[in-house]
Amino acid sequence: MEEGDRKGAVIEFEDFSFQYFSQAEPTLHGINLKIYAGEKVLVVGPSGSGKSTIGHCLNGLIPFSYHGKTGGSLKICGKETKDMNIFELSKRVGTVLQDADGQFIGLTVGEDIAFALENDRTGQEEMKETVQRVADMVDMGQLLKSSPFELSGGQKQRVAFAGVLVDDVDILLFDEPLANLDPATGKTAIDLIDKVWREYHKTVVIIEHRLEDVLYRDVDRIILVNDGRIVADMTPDEMMAADILGKYGIREPLYVTALKYAGVKVEAAHRAGRLITLDIPAVQDAVLKWHREREEKEAQQERPVILAAEHLNFRYTKKRKILQDISFEIREGEMVSIVGTNGAGKSTLAKVICGFVNEDGGKLLLGGEDMKGRTIKERSKTISYVMQNPNQMICKPMIFDEVALGLRLNGAAEEEITERVEHALKICGLSPFKKWPISALSYGQKKRVTIASMLAMNPKILILDEPTAGQDYHHYTEIMEFLKSLNEAGVTILMITHDMHLMLEYTSHAIVISGGKKIGDASAVEILTNEEIAEQANLKVTSLYELAKLTGIEDAQGFVQKFIDYERRNMRA
Amino acid sequence: MKAKLFDYIDRDNFIFNLSGLTKLLCFIFMTFAVMFSYDIRYILFVMALSAVIFKASGLGFKQVKIMAVYVVIFLLLNFILTFLFAPVYGTEIYGTRHEIFRFTDFYVITQEQLLYQVTKSIKYASVVPLGMIFLLTTNPSEFAASLNRVGISYKAAYALSLTLRYFPDMIRNYQDIAVAQQSRGLDLSKKEKLGIRVKNTMNICIPLIFSTLDRIELISNAMDLRGFGKHKKRTWYVARPLRKGDWGALCFGALILAGSLCLSFFVNGSRFWNPFV
Repeated sequence: MEEGDRKGAVIEFEDFSFQYFSQAEPTLHGINLKIYAGEKVLVVGPSGSGKSTIGHCLNGLIPFSYHGKTGGSLKICGKETKDMNIFELSKRVGTVLQDADGQFIGLTVGEDIAFALENDRTGQEEMKETVQRVADMVDMGQLLKSSPFELSGGQKQRVAFAGVLVDDVDILLFDEPLANLDPATGKTAIDLIDKVWREYHKTVVIIEHRLEDVLYRDVDRIILVNDGRIVADMTPDEMMAADILGKYGIREPLYVTALKYAGVKVEAAHRAGRLITLDIPAVQDAVLKWHREREEKEAQQERPVILAAEHLNFRYTKKRKILQDISFEIREGEMVSIVGTNGAGKSTLAKVICGFVNEDGGKLLLGGEDMKGRTIKERSKTISYVMQNPNQMICKPMIFDEVALGLRLNGAAEEEITERVEHALKICGLSPFKKWPISALSYGQKKRVTIASMLAMNPKILILDEPTAGQDYHHYTEIMEFLKSLNEAGVTILMITHDMHLMLEYTSHAIVISGGKKIGDASAVEILTNEEIAEQANLKVTSLYELAKLTGIEDAQGFVQKFIDYERRNMRA
Repeated sequence: MKAKLFDYIDRDNFIFNLSGLTKLLCFIFMTFAVMFSYDIRYILFVMALSAVIFKASGLGFKQVKIMAVYVVIFLLLNFILTFLFAPVYGTEIYGTRHEIFRFTDFYVITQEQLLYQVTKSIKYASVVPLGMIFLLTTNPSEFAASLNRVGISYKAAYALSLTLRYFPDMIRNYQDIAVAQQSRGLDLSKKEKLGIRVKNTMNICIPLIFSTLDRIELISNAMDLRGFGKHKKRTWYVARPLRKGDWGALCFGALILAGSLCLSFFVNGSRFWNPFV
């Protein structure tokens, strides 16, 4: 692409506004934004800020699938989108949706990549050639015949990516590309986006709230959206210096937070946008000083073991061993994260604990008693399981009835039900919505309803599958603080998660599973500063650890621990 | 796992490698041949043939076991009901009456009736394996491509293939939701009364419907974004050109049909084979 071309704006919002027909207020107001050819732009913003709506306007889902009232102008490659249909737009803007599983249309990799070509009536021979070439671009060329069941989350995303690359679009739009990926796979995804951006000179727009993970590779600009308006439009370095991310519910990179704790006033000249570009000498002294001044925290007292596994084995068929020789101890009142790659056996472990499936060998002890032979229903009196997607759990139209369902099924008296449901709703901050229909709630609120309906049963142990998946920092903090308060009230909490921030900040104990085996069982800080375990389990060493290393702190693990302790003590008081 | 019921698993053999169009046409030919003729000798011949094809396709009986059970139940019911409502229909068809056993004046077992009913049952029994072979050896996408080629709109064809594809997914989803609901105290076991069990099953269906609707919205957006429905026609990545084997199979299917027709028109003189005159 020529230099002159790069200067032209390929996306131009001018005083653009949009209001969904189903909503009383406009979702976007007076958006003015230009994105130039060959730029890589990150759009961030809390849930409900309108960042996804911007994405929908770009790819034509608005107004094609979601109807509403638009104002102002949006031009793509110089042409008003109002005058184009979704098909015309799809030739210019290729969209990779958030859920790589759901957007898998074909029955095999090759077929899925070919989908757009088929719709364009491409001849079969040319189609096969293009598919092979594009699949090679994303390293999926060997797997054209694989079905989606055989692929990992990251691979499915690659297929989705290839599916839009076949169209040779100018603009690539990624809608929360990291949402369902484990940290290491997320890193590869960002690498791949970067590669395509560099080698094929595409314009890239990424919508994502996991800022630190996207900034693993270069980004030209960050657009911060809040309440339907653009509140900031600057380079990553400027953004870190501006210190406004937290205010709008976006988490800044952890190392930037650490710099601030150390008393560094971050400036654009520090180039804090990425850890790699950070001006270490300029901040080194402050970080070292802070590290020296913090004291180690005293060890906590040991509490009795509530749940223990001894040499647990589980397999679906003789060949497919899912869990192998897993042993661990969980103490009363602990908050534990279970981490590992997709398909490592984390969910299966939860299923075995709840009794959804039965172990093939080994023992599970609840408060010292063998759980063998106890049915799902019996176990559910002590152990509750919250699925990742609240829509998979909610089956009553009204909030109160949903939360009361478990108690009613167990034949509790109506008076007791009312009392316990109200208590659970209160803890979950849902009391004002008691009489509301579920359909009026947001995703995060629905999630809390599912937690409330479990709490009403008074469990001793609560197991949550990805409690914060898809939540922005604000809601993430809300959910996690809420879980922490439950935990402080005495509920032992187990969380299956990919989120390393969550692991680091909230769980003192982490169990790492990889390939059905336990490969780590220690404090979260120890796990996330252990490069070997991190690599095996597809985790990522925290940037705090890297910062400590770069500034020459020998006890990098101690530094991370001090950061966490400091944050707990000072920031969440 | 129940989820295996309609799972398509790719295999490499003659039957699997035939184009979906060939298989669809052969299925139609052979079904018509069997449906047209009431000659038990010919039907038995086709039935033996479909057993051979089933064997050759490498499918296991396990995959079709549940279906087979339903089919047997249906056939038995059909057999009994036919006799109850029309016990002497066979004698009307064949024009003779060889009594074997007399219950009452109305309910009489005749050789004619027996032949008629056995023929009819075998007819169904020989079509069902053909259908199962077709379903289980045809890649759903290729099936859509074939339907499109015989003139059905590609949107309808694609919708059908997506349904076939997501069916196993939905069963999996149902199982996940079912265990989660059971852990809330929902009893689906036989210990509970039937009425309550039905009600409890409803409690699983609601989240299933909602998560399926989410899924549909997502997939239809994904399809729109990649240009589905842009033109009146589309091409198919998986469509296979007809090869020698396909032509051979088609000729074979057509021959079977022709055989059935010839037998009826020239040998038997009617759709029925009458050994009683």
